[in-house]
Amino acid sequence: MSLDAKIPGGPLADKWDRHKFDLKLVNPANKRKFNIIVVGTGLAGGSAAASLAELGYDVKNFCIQDTPRRAHSIAAQGGINASKNYQNDGDSTWRLFYDTIKGGDFRAREGNVYRLAQVSGNIIDQCVAQGVPFAREYGGTLANRSFGGAQVSRTFYARGQTGQQLLLGAYSALSRQIAAGKVTMYPRREMLDVVVTGNRARGIVVRNLISGEIEKHAADAVVLCTGGYGNVFFLSTNAMASNVTAAYRAHKRGAFFANPCYTQIHPTCIPVHGTYQSKLTLMSESLRNDGRVWVPKKGGDTRPPSQIPESERSYYLEEKYPSFGNLVPRDVASRNAKEQCDAGRGVGDTQLAVYLDFADAIKRDGQEVIAKKYGNLFEMYEKIVADNPYEMPMMIYPAVHYTMGGLWVDYNLMSNLDGLFVLGEANFSDHGANRLGASALMQGLADGYFVLPYTIGGYLSQVTPGEVTADNAAFDETAAQAKARINRLLSVGGKRTVDDFHRELGLIMWDYCGMARNDAGLEKAIGLIQELRGEFWENVTVPGSPGDFNQSLERAGRVADFLEFAELMVKDALHRKESCGGHFNEAYQTEENEARRDDENFCYVAAWEHTGTDNEPALHKETLEFENVKLSQRSYK
Amino acid sequence: MTKAIEITLKVWRQKGPGHKGRLETYRADNISTDMSFLEMLDVVNEHLTLDGREPIAFDHDCREGICGQCGSVVNGRPHGPEQGTTLCQLHMRHFHNGDTLVIEPFRARAFKIVKDLAVDRSPLDKIIQAGGYVSVNTGGTPDANSIPIPAEIAEEAMDAAACIGCGACVAACPNASAMLFVSAKVSQLALLPQGRPEAAKRVLAMVRQMDACGFGNCSNERECEAECPKQISITHIARLNREFVKAGFGSSVF
Repeated sequence: MSLDAKIPGGPLADKWDRHKFDLKLVNPANKRKFNIIVVGTGLAGGSAAASLAELGYDVKNFCIQDTPRRAHSIAAQGGINASKNYQNDGDSTWRLFYDTIKGGDFRAREGNVYRLAQVSGNIIDQCVAQGVPFAREYGGTLANRSFGGAQVSRTFYARGQTGQQLLLGAYSALSRQIAAGKVTMYPRREMLDVVVTGNRARGIVVRNLISGEIEKHAADAVVLCTGGYGNVFFLSTNAMASNVTAAYRAHKRGAFFANPCYTQIHPTCIPVHGTYQSKLTLMSESLRNDGRVWVPKKGGDTRPPSQIPESERSYYLEEKYPSFGNLVPRDVASRNAKEQCDAGRGVGDTQLAVYLDFADAIKRDGQEVIAKKYGNLFEMYEKIVADNPYEMPMMIYPAVHYTMGGLWVDYNLMSNLDGLFVLGEANFSDHGANRLGASALMQGLADGYFVLPYTIGGYLSQVTPGEVTADNAAFDETAAQAKARINRLLSVGGKRTVDDFHRELGLIMWDYCGMARNDAGLEKAIGLIQELRGEFWENVTVPGSPGDFNQSLERAGRVADFLEFAELMVKDALHRKESCGGHFNEAYQTEENEARRDDENFCYVAAWEHTGTDNEPALHKETLEFENVKLSQRSYK
Repeated sequence: MTKAIEITLKVWRQKGPGHKGRLETYRADNISTDMSFLEMLDVVNEHLTLDGREPIAFDHDCREGICGQCGSVVNGRPHGPEQGTTLCQLHMRHFHNGDTLVIEPFRARAFKIVKDLAVDRSPLDKIIQAGGYVSVNTGGTPDANSIPIPAEIAEEAMDAAACIGCGACVAACPNASAMLFVSAKVSQLALLPQGRPEAAKRVLAMVRQMDACGFGNCSNERECEAECPKQISITHIARLNREFVKAGFGSSVF
């Protein structure tokens, strides 16, 4: 039996409009009776909290950092897609929908993706109204640029800091509601668990990161906007605090986790430079508008790039994919970079890098124009690598960046637990097996500004507000379990630090569940993860006490969850006997080394149910029906 | 040329707001010059942990110079010696073998200490809550291209909007004023047509909130501009002052 996503019937283009009418409403005067908890203050969380408060709901918003403006959405660089067709180049809602479905390698839900494309224009309107300083043309209208997987110019941007500006727009809207008393903000709080009674989310348990106190918060609905799990690889472009805890704990309380093996490895990041490295830095995909990717034709060529003549360079993306060239989707670009380096043509000290060269663009447009488009990115590169990308090509290599998998949600963005909604990168829904560039920002804001405010009303209109308070025994029990785990972490008293375990887990995941996977490696990884997890609980050392600001304790809890979650991820990868998007199993590829799907047997969402520690997770399938799009082998030639 | 260097750190340790703090000395050896400053602190903390001692608490998150969470004073300079660089972007190749680095938290009456190098910068949030926004609800907004904005104005607004809210300007200012921070937001929204309807109310309310939070006054020291990791210009303070005066004379609200 297929999991029911509650997708409305009727023609694709009408589904959302009809659904908005069919959803029951909450009377304006009744909205203030409902408490809603929003966890996370990124694009999804900030926009959701602000919009719900504007509607009149009583909102509590939580974040780990010292202020809501630190959420990692702030680091997104290149831009946000919308089907405005300002450029008159053939864009439309349908085309954005189609590009996204195809980019996702036909593993996303048509209804959700169409809706995303439909509201994309509204997002740009909203941001401009908030005072987001998008780039403009000389006549005063908004500028656009191109992004991977599309042949139209539909990406709106603010230099190479688009995420920052969109987030600050949402943060300003949120700040207005905090000032108005409609949102109570709880910074420096980490969600440790969700409280569930009778298959319904009733609230959360959080740790106050300054005092160490465990707090209980009840609500009529809980909205998780807690981002992605890329840090399971230890090294990723994520922020240091990014983690899977909130989503994974909800999973252990009954929420299905969908497609965890769909992880995105971004092709253009600054390569690793040492074993002490703490994270990887993204160089925006927008750079591929003007940068040309190449390697020396001969492997082991250590000449400086300026000394390698054109005839001895392989612009491999342009050669292999004439239509899309350097702007092929991320999974395709990453696998090609790995292939070139595996074949010995990599550059740099580690030979695990390829060139991203701006010489032609600078010659064509002038340095000033390039600086205006990408200035801050070039500066960032120079600070880290101490090379000048205006004078020599950037060296880049793929790195873990985004996770398409996440908690399973239906068309209303509600998980299989009543009252638990999941938005943004934390949910699985819109990007299928591979996300296109400039669409994460689009999805986070679509979910928070234009989807949840409607769908949560549909849910709340059916429930009685304030039925369960934080005095309920379930809260005490959940809080006690959280405390016990903290005490256990502090009392192990072993000899290895948390970061040391995290680093080792990251290497296992990168080696066996990274860009190219195989059955033998995945099976081996399961054993290695189980062994590492066992050692963690016997040999980790966590200094300090539970009652104050203890960053080691924070990291220990997150890594303990990664050590469990990693196993689920690998098992998901192992079960999916096909290649699609970011999940590439070497056994399933075309003659041209592209991902080969098995639509007959694997055209479904794999939603995993936690059945108990040490038990195998149970698989629930949501069959994907494609009524409007013809499934084909993805080609970007 | 990557090297390994040995340095001495004098780090401010303080258990919490009610406790006395002091500078403690640590040696850090075999530090690769390719490491970032915070990666160097990570290495020091790993050794402290394995020695059974309490690691140094410091705020950080994105480690790519955009979130504004990191920040300490290194040898008297907020975010360290390099211009236009946050602490997390600072790399050890800017230091030499045998150097002594004094590392302290951002000091200001308005920034209460949390622990060691971490401070409470929530007053900056309070200032934004006082008016650093355009009062527009979600939905029902006009088409994004309906109000053209000259490209140069959009660029100037983006320059101001690039503020990351780290508070280095406050730490650098002898008066611990937050004027550069306030002016960045006021300036961004004053330049854009969407910000004009509330421009007068905004500047008066945000400056008033800055004062109420215990930040100092601006006496044109210009230390803020010198230290800002995003190189926000004090021309934004000049714009704020013009807006402030205009608001005082022209507004019927206050």
